[in-house]
Order: sequence, then structure tokens, then C-alpha cells
Amino acid sequence: MSVVYLLAIGAVPAPVLDWAETIVSEWCPWPVKRTPSLPFPEGSYDVQRGQYKSVEIMKAVAQNAPREATRVLAVTEGDLAIPTLTFVFGQAQLDGRFAVVSLSRLRQEFYGLPPDEAILRERLTKEVLHELGHTFGLTHCSTPVCVMSLATHIGLVDSKEQRYCESCGAFLVRRFAASNGDAP
Amino acid sequence: MKKVWPILVVDDEEVMSESMAAWLREDGYRVDTAPNGQSAIDLAKKTDYAIAFVDLKMPGGMDGIETMMEMRRVRPDASIIIITAFATVDTAIQAMKEGAQEYIVKPCHPQEISMLVSRILKLKKLQTENVILRKKISRKYKHHDIITKNPRMEEILALTQEIASLRSTVLISSESGTGKELVARAIHYSGVRAEKPFVSVSCAALTETLLESELFGHEKGSFTGAEGQTKGKFELADGGTIFLDEIGDISAKLQADLLRVLQERRFYRVGGSDEVSVDVRVIAATNKNLADEVKEGRFRDDLYYRLNVIEIRIPPLRERREDIPLLAEHFVQTIASELGKDISGISGDALKILMDYDWPGNVRELENVIERAIVTSHNGTLIDTDFSWLTQRAQAAQNWEVPDVPLSELERRAIIAVLERKRGNVKEAAASLGIDRSTLYDKLKRYEIVH
Repeated sequence: MSVVYLLAIGAVPAPVLDWAETIVSEWCPWPVKRTPSLPFPEGSYDVQRGQYKSVEIMKAVAQNAPREATRVLAVTEGDLAIPTLTFVFGQAQLDGRFAVVSLSRLRQEFYGLPPDEAILRERLTKEVLHELGHTFGLTHCSTPVCVMSLATHIGLVDSKEQRYCESCGAFLVRRFAASNGDAP
Repeated sequence: MKKVWPILVVDDEEVMSESMAAWLREDGYRVDTAPNGQSAIDLAKKTDYAIAFVDLKMPGGMDGIETMMEMRRVRPDASIIIITAFATVDTAIQAMKEGAQEYIVKPCHPQEISMLVSRILKLKKLQTENVILRKKISRKYKHHDIITKNPRMEEILALTQEIASLRSTVLISSESGTGKELVARAIHYSGVRAEKPFVSVSCAALTETLLESELFGHEKGSFTGAEGQTKGKFELADGGTIFLDEIGDISAKLQADLLRVLQERRFYRVGGSDEVSVDVRVIAATNKNLADEVKEGRFRDDLYYRLNVIEIRIPPLRERREDIPLLAEHFVQTIASELGKDISGISGDALKILMDYDWPGNVRELENVIERAIVTSHNGTLIDTDFSWLTQRAQAAQNWEVPDVPLSELERRAIIAVLERKRGNVKEAAASLGIDRSTLYDKLKRYEIVH
């Protein structure tokens, strides 16, 4: 039986995790369960860059994943990066089981603006759908408003809609149908 | 589009290459990774990578620059992007000198990489399209696509193949509308110059000054409006072929200039003092009898002999009537398809009308006639009534009461009448008269018709 697990890496406000759970439940046909949060893995903080190594976080998510987990989605306040790029909003295994979303650059405060819950929730919805879409094999979509379009800055996240385009949506429906309740 | 372009990431640190590869895979690319230069080269021998990201510093074995140089030998078309953590001007200069397409300092903004990759791939896509189009054009103009079963035409086609790879000048003479440019292209695209440009110039369409500038280019300020240096058609055709249509219409001065280019392969741009050298094959064409023009003193005999190294005379359509059904069928197929009309053929009665007609405008007139019939027809096959106007045209020509004026005056009046009917549209008037535009321009000049 397919189950999607949700967890926090480091401290994440409870309401934010609740939002993430709602987003996944509304969109995914499988039950969503929580697993206890994990601390930031040792060596995952890059002191020089003041950011967390996305690759190390993904490794920790994979190592601690419940065996029956079809997908595991991690949410963190840490600002994520990979060696070649200054930041990533999130990361996912393409057609795999694990994904992580960073809240850091989704927050208005990051850009020197007052906090805004509604905006944060909207951006989180887009990033959760985007990274989970990758785990189901979707690559970036050329439709600019599709949630699977590539966003290289927050403006592009904001210009997306909180849904998949017709083509990406149909792809997911086929994947779910083919899975017959088991992990696709 | 993305999936057809494989990308290679080369770095001794696995975390760097794998994280970069994962990010690119999310964008839909097929990405391989290599931990050192040698593995990268081994992979490149098997896969035609569009882009290779290569880390500059890789301890032990080949460094980034050496890897890039070897990669360029194995895959000259791959775009190489050097990545480094420590930017110095020296390494950047060395990387670019050795052929790196880009040089990026890590970490860089995701947008920078994304735009870089899409810019390179856009260029590669255009290059690939260019190769495909060149191949298509080459196929289109190969001799077997010239439709004929006339023995004289078949001899001409055999000749185009024989002379395709020579540099000798060719003179093609025939009436308007017989396909002089098609034969010239068949020569060009069958020979060693096929990959180089084929540049066509209609000498009758331009005034002497403009034609001189068109052929040889001009320097900045050489005449009013010459704002910058401009290459002429001879320079643009360098390595390839220049097709000079209506060569019989060029002025005495241009005849002298052209003779010099043919003799020395060098010329001056208009207003320029530096000589320009070119390697161009010249194919000239005319609908005049150049030998007569020489006798009348209107065309230089030395230029005529220079041009007339290989002479091709294309017979008019009325002298190869056996080609009419073939050509008509061909035009029905292509034009109906282009216009989206469901017309599959041509009836026997209709074909008889086409066979009986004299085709003063030759193959071009036949093409125009078929197009007109296809546009107006409501049947699945073109029938005799679709061409009744052609019969009327032929009868009108036979029954025409000719006024007592010189032939040239008749032609002048005919041109004015058609131009008025076409509201000054030269293209349409030329089509209606069954001649090409350059011939019409020539006649407008000759008869001093202002339109």
C-alpha cells in the first residue's frame, strides 16, 4: 500500500508542516503520514557559504526513510545549495522516492520584506507540487504557469499557478492509474 | 528538444558532478558524469555530447584544460564550459584561448547556468537545422529532380554532373521561364562547392550604380546612403557559386569590371582602395543571343569568350512537348499540396489543351497556368474547362488584329496594358506576361516605361 511520509529537517513551525500535509493529501491519492523530525545531519552546514548542503540532507532523508514509504518529502528552514549553484529552492530524486523543500527563500523576510503567511503558503504549495512532480518522473515544463516550470528566482515561483498544466497533470494521472495503489 | 542533447559533467568530486547532473536532469537533459579527464574522453568517444561542463582543477592525470583539448579533438562540436572555484584572469584567458565556449565561477546563480545551457542548445538546434536544410536544398536541386524525358534535356543534365566540380565559367542561354537558375543550382549542388553559398543576382533588375555596389560591395561613405562597409555578392559567394542572371543587360563599365574579376579573381569594393580576392565560380545566364550582341557591339567579345567556356542551351518547352504531361502532373501534386486542395491529377482532355499550347513563357508559364486552374477548380481532377481560358488566349492570339506599328511598340503597349491591369504590381505583371521579373524590369528600362 502506498504511503507518502512527511518530515521536518531541523525546526519547522507546526502550521507549516500542516500546510504541507494538506497540499500532499489534496493532490496525491495515497495517505500521508508524519515521521519524527530529524536534526540537520552532521557536516551538512557549509560555514563558508552559510548554507546547508542539499546533497547531505537528501542522504539523511534516504537513510532514515521508513521502509514502506512510497515517497518521503522533507521540509526545512535551512537555505539549501549544491556546490555549483548559489542556492536551490528544493531538490528531488528524478523518478525516485525522496524530495526536500527549503522554506528559507520562500519567506518574504529573506528579501527584506515583512512576513506574509499567505504568500509563504502559496509558494510552499508550488514547491511541494514541483519537487514531488520530479519524484514521479516529471521534468521541467515549458508552460510558464505550470508548477513544473523551472524557477531560478522567486519571481518565477510567484508567476506560476498552484497546479500542474494539462499535460503534466495527465502524465501524473497515468502514473497513478498504472500504480494500482502501489508505488509507481 | 531537450532530450536529444546529452550533457557531460566532469569533476573529481562526486558530490559536485552528481548534484549538478541531478539539477540538469530535472530540466529534462540526459546527463552523464565522469570523475576524471580520461573517463570523460572514453565517454565522449561513445556519446556525441552537446555540452561538457569540465572542472578546471582535477588533481592527478589530466586537468580541465587538457581534458578540454582532448575533448575538442574527439568531439569538435561539443561546447565546453570550464568551471572553476577560483577565478583568475590568466586561467580564464587560457580556457577561452584553448576553445572553451564559456567560463563560469562556482557557485553561480541557477539562472546563469539555465540561460547558458539554453543559449548553447538553441544555437546547436539552429546549426543542426541548417545542416538539414542544406541537405534538403542539395537534394532538391540535384539533377534527378529536374523533370524531363527529353533527350536534349537529359544530355544537359548529364553535362551538369560532368562539369559540377570544375571551376570553369558556364553560360546558360535560353528563353525566359525554362529554368536557367534551376540548372545553375543543379551544377552548384552536385559539385564540391555544394556546402558553400549559391548567390543569385538578377542583373536586369538594378541600375548600373546599384548593380556595381550589389556585386562588389562598397566602403563607408562611397555614395549617399552608404553608411557602413557592405560585402558584395562576389564576397558573399566566396568558395561557392555566383549566378549572374540576365548577363546580357549589364553596362559597358560593368562588363569591363566583370572581365577583370574573371581574369584575376580580384576586385575593389565601390569607393575602396584595397583589393579583395575571391574564389568564386561564375555561372551566367541570358535570354539573349550573346553572339549577336557581340556582333552588334553591345557586348564585349573578350567577356563573351570568358563566360562561354561551357555553354548550355536549354530548349524551350514547345521543343520538348513530351515533358508537358510530366511537368503538369508534378505541378498539380506540389501546388495542390501547398494550397491544401484535394486535387489528384489532370484529365486527358485538359492535357490535350496543354499539349497544343505554345508556352511562350515556358515552364514558368505552365506552372502559373496550373496554379490558376487549381485555385479556381472545384473538382478532384483538373478538367478541360479549367483551362478554357487558355484556349481562348491561344485563339485570341491567332485572331488578333495587329495594328500597323513596329513589334517593339506592340510589346511596349502590351506591357503598359498588363501593368495597368495589375495596378503596377511587377511580380503579377511578369507572371501574367509569362516572363520573369528581371526580364520585365529590363523591358521597362528599354521602353522607358514609368510604373
